[in-house]
Amino acid sequence: MSDIWLLIALSGLLTYATRFAGHLVLSRFERVPPRLEAALDAVPAAMLVTIVTPVFVDGGWLERIIIIASGFLALRLSVLQTVIVGLLAAALARSAGY
Amino acid sequence: MPFGALFGTLAVDSGLTVAQTVGFSATVYAGASQFVALQLLALSSPIWSILIAVVALNFRHVLYSASIGRHLGHFSRGEKAAAFFVLVDPLFAAAEERVGHRRLTRSYYFTFGLMLYVGWSVSTLLGAIFGGLIEDQRAFGFDLILPVYFIAQTMAFRQRAGFLPVAGVAAIVSILVYVTIGSPWHVTLGGLAGIAVAALRRPAGNGAP
Repeated sequence: MSDIWLLIALSGLLTYATRFAGHLVLSRFERVPPRLEAALDAVPAAMLVTIVTPVFVDGGWLERIIIIASGFLALRLSVLQTVIVGLLAAALARSAGY
Repeated sequence: MPFGALFGTLAVDSGLTVAQTVGFSATVYAGASQFVALQLLALSSPIWSILIAVVALNFRHVLYSASIGRHLGHFSRGEKAAAFFVLVDPLFAAAEERVGHRRLTRSYYFTFGLMLYVGWSVSTLLGAIFGGLIEDQRAFGFDLILPVYFIAQTMAFRQRAGFLPVAGVAAIVSILVYVTIGSPWHVTLGGLAGIAVAALRRPAGNGAP
């Protein structure tokens, strides 16, 4: 069982390293080149959308439709409102047997 | 937060003590990689192979810290150390969204960061103790909270240059990688593909609109 604590400590350390490394590397630049700047500005959209992939691929059509519809809904609603509407839709559709 | 409770429940089910379960959430504090570690533990994989999976899954944080670090110039060393420790997906998304229209203050960053951290740890504890009470997460649609949240948060960046090609390429490559190579590479490779589009798209400074 001490193995588990070792795993926890090492996982924690490595994860913290990933959270610090990017900044450490970037702060070595005096000026950030424009291409790198553009690349970094793209980080949120590019990474966040990939987090949805497993549910989108492994889920059924209901899950896919809800995810895509939520994307469009987010054009008009806040993030929180989108989540509430999306979850309500999922709960209703499932209780209706989909 | 339902995922914290779920992690707590599963971890205790797979033989971790309550202290180890909460220790996991409070130390590693990276949901997806915690689930993967549990799965691999159950298969009694060697520690080094679990650690590789954890790093692969958390590699995206390198990019998060590079990106958000540019806006933490006014934080002290200690504040930065704390700021990066709590840098999780939702905090990154909220902070990046914030710098789009105003200054990223300490109070905003740490209030939100602390809320998420405490929420994650406490919900893990509750899951570890009361696990099994929430029988059917699916019926309430809880399994869709994170996907819907992240897709909505992605759309919050639609004003940024090249949003459609960036998010589109990232999504397509991510799906292709997921069905061929498999998880967790769909995050890293899909994300890098979208970022590469942004880097290649516009030659320094002025390009086509």
